[in-house]
Amino acid sequence: MNAILFDVNECVGCKACVYACAKENELPDTDLEILSEHRFTALEEINEDEEWYLRRMCMHCVEPSCASACPVGALKKTPLGPVVYDFDKCIGCRYCMVACPFNVPRYEWDSMTPRVRKCQMCHERVAAGKSTACAEACPTGATKSGERSALIAEAWRRIDSNPDSYARHVYGEKEAGGTCVLIIGPQEVIDVLNPNVPNTPLPHRTWFVLSQIPAAVAVVGAGLVGVNWIIQRRMKLASNTKTSTCEHTKGGKP
Amino acid sequence: MNASLRILARPWRLIGWLCVVAGLVATYVRFTQGLGASTNLSDDFPWGLWVGFDVVCGVGLAAGGFTISAIVYIFRFEKYRPIAKPAVLAAFVGYLMVVGGLLFDLGHPWRLWHPLVMWNHHSVMFEVSWCVTLYTIVLTLEVSSLVFERLKWLRALRRVHRAILPLTLAAVLLSMLHQSSLGSLFLLVPGRLHALWYSPILPLQFFISAMAVGCAMTIVESNLSSRAFGRSVEADVLSGVAKIAAALLGVYLVLRVGDLIVRGVITELWPLNHASLFFLAEIFLGTIIPMVLFSMHRIRRNTKWLYHSGQLAVVGFVVARLNVSITGFEVAAGKTYVPTWMEFAVTAMLVTIGIKVFYLAAKHLPVFEDDADAAARSRRWRAETDRQDGAPACAPGAARDGSLDQRGKASDEKLLPI
Repeated sequence: MNAILFDVNECVGCKACVYACAKENELPDTDLEILSEHRFTALEEINEDEEWYLRRMCMHCVEPSCASACPVGALKKTPLGPVVYDFDKCIGCRYCMVACPFNVPRYEWDSMTPRVRKCQMCHERVAAGKSTACAEACPTGATKSGERSALIAEAWRRIDSNPDSYARHVYGEKEAGGTCVLIIGPQEVIDVLNPNVPNTPLPHRTWFVLSQIPAAVAVVGAGLVGVNWIIQRRMKLASNTKTSTCEHTKGGKP
Repeated sequence: MNASLRILARPWRLIGWLCVVAGLVATYVRFTQGLGASTNLSDDFPWGLWVGFDVVCGVGLAAGGFTISAIVYIFRFEKYRPIAKPAVLAAFVGYLMVVGGLLFDLGHPWRLWHPLVMWNHHSVMFEVSWCVTLYTIVLTLEVSSLVFERLKWLRALRRVHRAILPLTLAAVLLSMLHQSSLGSLFLLVPGRLHALWYSPILPLQFFISAMAVGCAMTIVESNLSSRAFGRSVEADVLSGVAKIAAALLGVYLVLRVGDLIVRGVITELWPLNHASLFFLAEIFLGTIIPMVLFSMHRIRRNTKWLYHSGQLAVVGFVVARLNVSITGFEVAAGKTYVPTWMEFAVTAMLVTIGIKVFYLAAKHLPVFEDDADAAARSRRWRAETDRQDGAPACAPGAARDGSLDQRGKASDEKLLPI
C-alpha cells in the first residue's frame, strides 16, 4: 500500500509541494496556507521562530470513514493506497465531510454542480509506479512517497537516530486504525494534529450496528407476526362465542 | 369551518403566505446560485438546518404513523383505530416534506435516486435512503386506500385492506431500521460531536425518542384537526396515547441519563456552559416535563393541557435532535453556525405546505370517520351497487346463506367489509 511520509524537521517551507500539487491537479495558485476547494494540500506555519511547517492534506486512512459513509460509493479506497473520488456518482449529501475525523474534504459551495475536493494521492501516477507530484517536487526529502511499511520503518529510524528533535510518535501509524499519510516531527507540531482521533478504525462503529440488521429484522418481524397471530386468534375465538348469541357485535362497536 | 374559527385562522393564514413567499425567494436563490449563496453552510459545518431539522427532526416527528398503526393493526388495540388513518396520513405528508427538504440540501438533487442503484452497504446513509424510499412507498399504499375509498374504487380498496397487516409489518420494520439509523449516522464522528451527545447507543435512543414524539405529534395533530374540522377530540383515545408516550419517555430518560452516567460524562454538565444549558433544555422540555405531565391523570383528562403537553414534547424533541446535529458539533469545534434567513424560510415553507396538504387531504378524503359514518356509507354503497345490479338489497324469502352466494359474484368484488 502506497503512503506519504512528511518530516517536519526536514521541511524548509518552500511550498514546492503545494505548487506541484496545484500544477498536477490544475488548481489556481491562491491561498496556499489553508485547505480549500482549490487547495488539496496546504503548508501551515506552526512556529515562526523555529520555522516549523506542517503539511495539511487528506490522510488516506487505511479504513476511511468517508468511503464507508458515502451512500453511493463515490469515495473509494483503492488497493494501492489512495482514497479516490468519483464525481459522477456523488449526490452531494456531504456525509463524507461530516464523517472525516481530520476535517479534510472541502466543498464547492458556490457551484451549481458542486464537487467534494480533496487530495487523491496522484492515483494515476501511483498506479503507473511513479511517486506523487508533491514528493517528486520536494527538494529536501521532507515529503517522501513509497510503500507504507517501509516508510513507517524509515520514520522510526529517523526518530531513533535523532530522539531530541522528534516526538516518539509517528502520526498516522495508528490514528483512525492507520493512515497512508505519516507525519513525524517535534512534539509541539505533533500536538497541533487532532489528538481526538481514536486508534481504532471508525467505520467499525457503524458497521457493528449495520451488521445487526438482518438479525434484528428477523427477530422483531417474527415476534410481531407471532404476537399478531395470537391476538387475532383470541379475538376470533371471542367473537365466535359472541356471534352464536348476537350477530351484530362482529366488526365494530355494538 | 365556522365563522369564529375563520377569524382565528386568519393571522395564521397570513403567516403561512409569508412563509411560502419567503420560501419561494429562497428557493430561487438556492437553485440559481447554489448552497453557498443561500446557506451558512461551510467546510466546518457541512450539515445545517436542512439536515438537522428537515431530515433528522422531520423523520422523527413523522414516527406517529408506524407507532399508531402498529398499535392498531398488529397489537389490535381497537380503541385507537379512529386515529390510525390521520396518523398514517400525517406520516405520509411528513415523509414528503423530508424528501422535499433533501432536494434543497443535496448538492445534486436530481441524483436523489443514485443510492438505489449505486450500492455501498457499509454506509448508514445508504441504508437510510433505502428504508426511507421503501417506507414512503408503504405509506403511499396505505394512504392510497383513502383515495380509493373516496373514488369508490372498491376492488383496489379491498386489495389494500387485505394487505394492511403486511404493510404495517413492513412499516414497523423499515421504521425501526431508519429511525435508529438516523442516530447511527453520528456513530462515525466520535471526535467531532460533543460527549454529551455522542453515545454508542444513539441508534436506540433515536428509535425510542421517535416513537415517543410520534405519540406526542398524534396528540397535537388530533387537537389541531378537531379545531379545523369542528370535531370533538377523541379524549379517551388521546389519553391512552399520552400514557404510551409517558412510558416511552421514561424508557428514553433512563437510557439517556444512564448512558451519560455509565460513560462518566455527566460531570460535563457542571459548571453550566453553552453545551450543558442546551442539554438541560432538551432533557427538561422534551423528556422530563412532558413525561410527568403525560403521566398525570388530571392533565390527560384535560384536552387543552394534554395538547400543550404534546406541544412541549415536540418542541423539546426538536431541541434534542438539533443538539445532536448542530449544537454538539458547534461545541466540539468551538465554532458557531447560524442558519441564514433563507434556510429558515425554506424550512418554514415546507412546514406550511405540509400542514396545508394535510388539511386538504383530511378535508377531502375519508380520514376522520367514526364507525357510524363508515357503517352508513357502507349501507349506502351496498344500496347503490344493488340498484346498478338490478337486484334488491336483500332477496326476501331466500335462505340467508344462499342469497349471499348468489350475490357474491356480482357485488362481492365491489363491496367491502368495513
